[in-house]
Amino acid sequence: MAQTTHPPGTGGHAASGDGSNRRDFLYLATGAVGVVGAASAAWPFISSMNPAADTLALASIDVDLAPVAEGQAITVTWRGKPVFVRHRNAKEIEQAKTVNLGELRDPVADEARVKKPEWLIVVGICTHLGCVPLGQKVTDPRGDFEGWFCPCHGSHYDTAGRIRKGPAPANLVVPTYAFTSDTKIRLG
Amino acid sequence: MAQAQASKFKNPVVNWIDSRLPIFTMLDHEYNHYPMPRNVNYLWAFGAIAGIMLVIMIATGLFLAMQYSSHTSLAFDSVERIMRDVNYGWLLRYVHANGASMFFIAVYIHMFRGLYYGSYKAPREILWILGVIIFLVMMGTAFMGYVLPWGQMSFWGATVITNLFSAFPIVGDPIVTLLWGGFSVDNPTLNRFFALHFLLPFVLLGLVILHTAALHVCGSNNPLGIDAKGPQDTVPFNPYVTLKDGFAVVMFLIVFAFFVFFMPNYLGHPDNYIPANPLVTPAHIVPEWYFLPFYAILRAIPDKLGGVIAMFGSIALLLALPWLDTSKVRSCKFRPIYRQFFWILAIDALVLGYAGAMPAEGSWLLIARIGTFYYFFHFLVLLPVLGKLERPLPLPNSISEAVLKGAHAKSMEKA
Repeated sequence: MAQTTHPPGTGGHAASGDGSNRRDFLYLATGAVGVVGAASAAWPFISSMNPAADTLALASIDVDLAPVAEGQAITVTWRGKPVFVRHRNAKEIEQAKTVNLGELRDPVADEARVKKPEWLIVVGICTHLGCVPLGQKVTDPRGDFEGWFCPCHGSHYDTAGRIRKGPAPANLVVPTYAFTSDTKIRLG
Repeated sequence: MAQAQASKFKNPVVNWIDSRLPIFTMLDHEYNHYPMPRNVNYLWAFGAIAGIMLVIMIATGLFLAMQYSSHTSLAFDSVERIMRDVNYGWLLRYVHANGASMFFIAVYIHMFRGLYYGSYKAPREILWILGVIIFLVMMGTAFMGYVLPWGQMSFWGATVITNLFSAFPIVGDPIVTLLWGGFSVDNPTLNRFFALHFLLPFVLLGLVILHTAALHVCGSNNPLGIDAKGPQDTVPFNPYVTLKDGFAVVMFLIVFAFFVFFMPNYLGHPDNYIPANPLVTPAHIVPEWYFLPFYAILRAIPDKLGGVIAMFGSIALLLALPWLDTSKVRSCKFRPIYRQFFWILAIDALVLGYAGAMPAEGSWLLIARIGTFYYFFHFLVLLPVLGKLERPLPLPNSISEAVLKGAHAKSMEKA
């Protein structure tokens, strides 16, 4: 402890020419270790807020499409979110296919958004601020492009679930799914 | 060194404590002899009123928390149980729910008073910044509290507000997942919001103590905006201001009680008495009234990220206010041009609030856009420029001169 009683400025090695000395280095090194330690200690706390194992272990769900007639749509819950399944008619498919991609905000061809043209499957959450758009029922407002209309802030989606008008930045998300048979899909 | 400090209190117990922990000296100094400008008006009572509201909110909140269950399957019913079965549960909940609105009313009046009389100017910058931080923490606390009853507005309000963070590129989606603790607003979200809603009021209490400490360093501003120069300009806090504030608090509590007992649901939204349903969005998602001007700004910008930045920016620029206003004159009393723009800003805030409650279409969208433009124009252009161009009216030499001259003139008129 006697070493620490040096008058200020004479501790450790003599100051080198550029004004920094061993003590400055030790301060910085100690500080850096402290920051790393604090960040390591904070990590478990922050990580605990992310989805837990049981939340992540969400089973895939199977959906039977057979009862959904042409022009109808159903909503299924997957990962706590609504998923829209729409059985498109020929006119809707035609509308989705003939759009000039250049005029889309989030340009994706209709073919890239469906596995079978008559079945459009999208997550029913507006990409603006997360509302559920209207348009699943025939009596719902479907917006200017006959897909979906989000009443919260006025986003219009077309028959391929693509954003056409309003504040949303992106198309409705296409979830991971596969056809397990001609009329059955597995989500997730 | 290890000797008790000298203390002046006559009561030996008080004296004994005070010489070891000078808390009585501090209280005596800060709340008894503390000099207040003699000309402060009733607008200066709203700081005390806001403080009382915080205490009421913590007290009612603590007892509500004893009856509430923060699980998605129980939350709504536990709130209904508080309303129907718990002794005076209806009173605690209505005081708490309306108390949030009254707290915001008090704070908004407090803030506009600060704006009008230039209370944010040197040397009170840190005082003002602490106030803005208090406002931000209050908004977060109020938002999370509104989620707890787990009604439709709770759920969809939480969904919309947490989704605001998804606007930021790259980090946005991980942040939203982190906030939710899942893939949508769900039980983990409700649980953490309850925990934070319990914690943040105590953070607020700490911030309020800092805010008061900063206030007591340079003293209160006053309607003339000039510094108190000596004892002739001030009165002791007790009894003058304690009584005046006390009277204002009672008047304010009468209004508060009117809402609690006669129109307890007027400021709420009926949709929040429908249990949360993740598959059905209400036709109009409207936040609580105290968020409406900011909600209008969010919706006024036709771009998601832009809207979010404008909304956060509208609050963040208040932090820079002491440096945006270039005028050395504090009080609007002596700023004939700025005074008019102050009232335009106040009206603008009300218009934005109204537009925020309306659907974002047609003329309401246009009005919200004009209002948003003026809000930013006021702070970012008018304030810096006016301070340079405006010729302020002559300031009085001292508070006592201005105050006593008026009194003298009046007594002359009577005579």
